[in-house]
Amino acid sequence: MSSEGASYRDGVRASLPIAATVWFFGVSFGLLARTSGLGAVAPLVMSATTFAGSAQFAAASILGTSGGAVAAITAAVLLNGRYVPISISVARLFHGHRLRRLAEAQLIVDESWALSSRGDGRYARGLLLGAGIVLYAAWVTGTGVGVVFGRALGDPKALGLDGAFPALFLALLIPQLATPRARLAALLGGAIALTLIPFTPAGVPIVAASTACLLGLRGRS
Amino acid sequence: MTVWPVVLVVGVATVIFKASGPVLLGRSPLPAPLAGVVVLLGPVLLAALVVTQTVGGDGRIVLDARLAGVGAAALAIAARAPLPAVVVVAAAATALVRLLT
Repeated sequence: MSSEGASYRDGVRASLPIAATVWFFGVSFGLLARTSGLGAVAPLVMSATTFAGSAQFAAASILGTSGGAVAAITAAVLLNGRYVPISISVARLFHGHRLRRLAEAQLIVDESWALSSRGDGRYARGLLLGAGIVLYAAWVTGTGVGVVFGRALGDPKALGLDGAFPALFLALLIPQLATPRARLAALLGGAIALTLIPFTPAGVPIVAASTACLLGLRGRS
Repeated sequence: MTVWPVVLVVGVATVIFKASGPVLLGRSPLPAPLAGVVVLLGPVLLAALVVTQTVGGDGRIVLDARLAGVGAAALAIAARAPLPAVVVVAAAATALVRLLT
């Protein structure tokens, strides 16, 4: 669980193909938020502070369909609940003053976290923060472009970009399946998520799936 | 005006979620049983993300062009394609199947 010798530059380089996809989704978030009546400034503030695509899409679309503030907040908070276990998994990469750790931790996002994984529970600080800063810039600038020009840039779904994210996560999952216990835990987590999708609000399946990690309590494998 | 309270509450909650591990745990070594659990967070959360991003819909399971993208990605991974190529193959397959269906 130490920070392997990857530099911030390695993280920047690793993130570039993903950053293009994230940028397009930022554009579509800006466009959706604008057309949902969030104005121009609120979507930008949200991208800069929340920096988590799915929760922002959920909140904007609920507000846009007059779902109300409580429903929007509930959905977004449930969706982002996964960042508690995710941030625990990389906690050891952060050091220094509490405020510094709090600020750097904001660069944790699904893609930067996944890219920083070195398997066997180890993560690289350079990859996490280098990728995180690029993805943050892509997300916020994409949102700005979407708020202003969104309609001119087309639909990210027509470009197949919604198929790119699960592919990224799959590519990063495979090297993590080295031990029988990891394979069993991944299978169990995937099954829990799949089972809950039809019955719970979005976000709950991922948080509930994380309980599959408790397999790690049984002795050593 | 319901927009700003949502932006504020969601923003504060997310900042706290993301900081919870780094601020509360920091570099202190985890007790052995907990370390065994944390090692499994990677595979478990990635598997859950693959599932929800491939077939997750609005409160239901949706089988659409994303499946073709992930299938193509699996082939590219099996052929030991580098990560950027896997992502591009997945997007292209998703877009193609969506165009044809």
